[in-house]
Amino acid sequence: MAARAMWKGIIRLGGERVPVKLYAAVQDRGVHFRLLHRSDHAPVRQALVDPGSGRVVPYGDALRAARTGDGDLVLLHDDELAATDPEPSRDIRVLCALSPAAVDHRWYLRPYYLGPDGAPGRYFALADALARSGQIGLARWVMRKKTYVGALRLHAGYPMLMALRNADQVVPLEDLDVPPPPRLDARELDMARQLVDMLAEDFDPRDYHDSHRERIEDLIETKRRGGRVRHAPAPPRKPAEDLARALEASLKRGRPDA
Amino acid sequence: MPEPRRRGDDAAEPEPRPGPGAPRAFWSGTIAFGLVSIPVDLFVATRSGGLPLHQVTAAGTRLRRRYFCSKEERMLDPDEIERGREVEPGRFITVSDEELDALAPEKSREIDLRRFVPEAQIDPLFYERAYFLVPSQGPTKAYRLLARTLQETGRAGIATFVMRGKEYLVAILGAGGVLRAQTLRFADEVRRPADIGLPRPPEQIDERCSRALRKALEQLAADDLDRGLLADRDRQRLSALVEDKRSHGADLIRPDGDDDDAGEDTDLDETDDSGEVVDLMAALKQGLEDDEASGGPAPAAPAADDLAGESKSRLYERARDLDIAGRSRMSKDELADAIRQHR
Repeated sequence: MAARAMWKGIIRLGGERVPVKLYAAVQDRGVHFRLLHRSDHAPVRQALVDPGSGRVVPYGDALRAARTGDGDLVLLHDDELAATDPEPSRDIRVLCALSPAAVDHRWYLRPYYLGPDGAPGRYFALADALARSGQIGLARWVMRKKTYVGALRLHAGYPMLMALRNADQVVPLEDLDVPPPPRLDARELDMARQLVDMLAEDFDPRDYHDSHRERIEDLIETKRRGGRVRHAPAPPRKPAEDLARALEASLKRGRPDA
Repeated sequence: MPEPRRRGDDAAEPEPRPGPGAPRAFWSGTIAFGLVSIPVDLFVATRSGGLPLHQVTAAGTRLRRRYFCSKEERMLDPDEIERGREVEPGRFITVSDEELDALAPEKSREIDLRRFVPEAQIDPLFYERAYFLVPSQGPTKAYRLLARTLQETGRAGIATFVMRGKEYLVAILGAGGVLRAQTLRFADEVRRPADIGLPRPPEQIDERCSRALRKALEQLAADDLDRGLLADRDRQRLSALVEDKRSHGADLIRPDGDDDDAGEDTDLDETDDSGEVVDLMAALKQGLEDDEASGGPAPAAPAADDLAGESKSRLYERARDLDIAGRSRMSKDELADAIRQHR
């Protein structure tokens, strides 16, 4: 079953145009609950409240305001807000080409697959060009009244757009003046490295499962049938007193069952 | 029916939320590196974007989002709310934070690194959110040792752990002497090209088009990521509007009194967290500065009166270790009191 496209656009790379469709690459698998009033199990609803009077204010009557540096409020009317919306466009404009290492993982926000819109010739030429150049593109587009910047790159041979966070959303670690480390013991460093080597593996995402989702479903099922649930807290672990000895013991223990 | 979200509206989350001030550790626990335990606090390394817009009355009173009981039409305190699943019409099974924690007691306090994979093998598709890890007690030598080892080997420690009732796949990375955590999506949360129904590549690639695209890429080549390209243009336009109106005194309201921080911890709105980022830097720095005792025995557990200075999440963590009932509904002070009574 083919997925439904969420948006259509045109990649503009130099003078070239590649019409594409966007598809969400992630799907929600979370466990969902409703929020209930504890005493009567009635679902809760949200409302806006004037904290002074305790009065409920209908959403339609609420105004929006931004706070200035002085703590004043500036009221913003709907037409004014609408005027600041980005200009609608179908263009996905490639701004520059970078090595993949130039964009580190803190920027990644949300991936979208790209599929061809119409005949797939230009689409596969784009995949080919990205593969052969070894570069990723940095692209900007406006989708649903919001401006995005994303990395145009390949996944399993298919072009995708990885939406990135904005500059002010990523804490610049580079600015952090970390105190210099204490002198680390050469033998401890060596043992730490041996321990990492002993536990070295390739990354395969299929090795990991969200077993908590199943545990939550089991819990609900148990309670539905009137069963009781036991609380069994495990004792907290204590920090190792002797680092070298703990490393040595870890190496001696070998690989625990994963 | 809740009002659809509008731009600038803050997300409402049903999670307990510590008050403003100290940076909030998102999770506190231990990293297990073999038999070496490293106590850490986990902080979010990203901030919410956009210009925060408040919902106000015409007089400029800031409105708060509150929960109401749909039956009694009464405003509810956060501690009157619980989570439930409708198993048949009108019948709900409720679950408490304690029950969710108890489902995986070890996993909710420990990130047990059992595999170390090449960092470069993790496809960007899987990266979800970035965090910093700050050493939280005792000597920082083990923390430093792991950070350096991961950085030098280019490997990431992989584990699953439970944070706030949800299981996360996490990669622990070393960079610049600091441990970072990166939550990853589980395999079944990521669709594959075949799930989308993307066509198979043709036998013949349009060579001319590919060449033209490669040439265009070459002409756009840049060495580094220019943060300026990632500026939030939508926010800039909105800020310009606000600044323009402010300078003309248009629709400008001076709120009487400081209504804003009162009751913040029971408010459902996100607060602007830019101030906390600075504090996070301080926390990280401070956490890494106490190194004179490195290698020596860990200090004894903090004295009871230290509890007042602990973050709410750390107090909650401790209350959970002691299996204190009702902890998810307690305020910070109540948690501290309950822990004291347990000694």
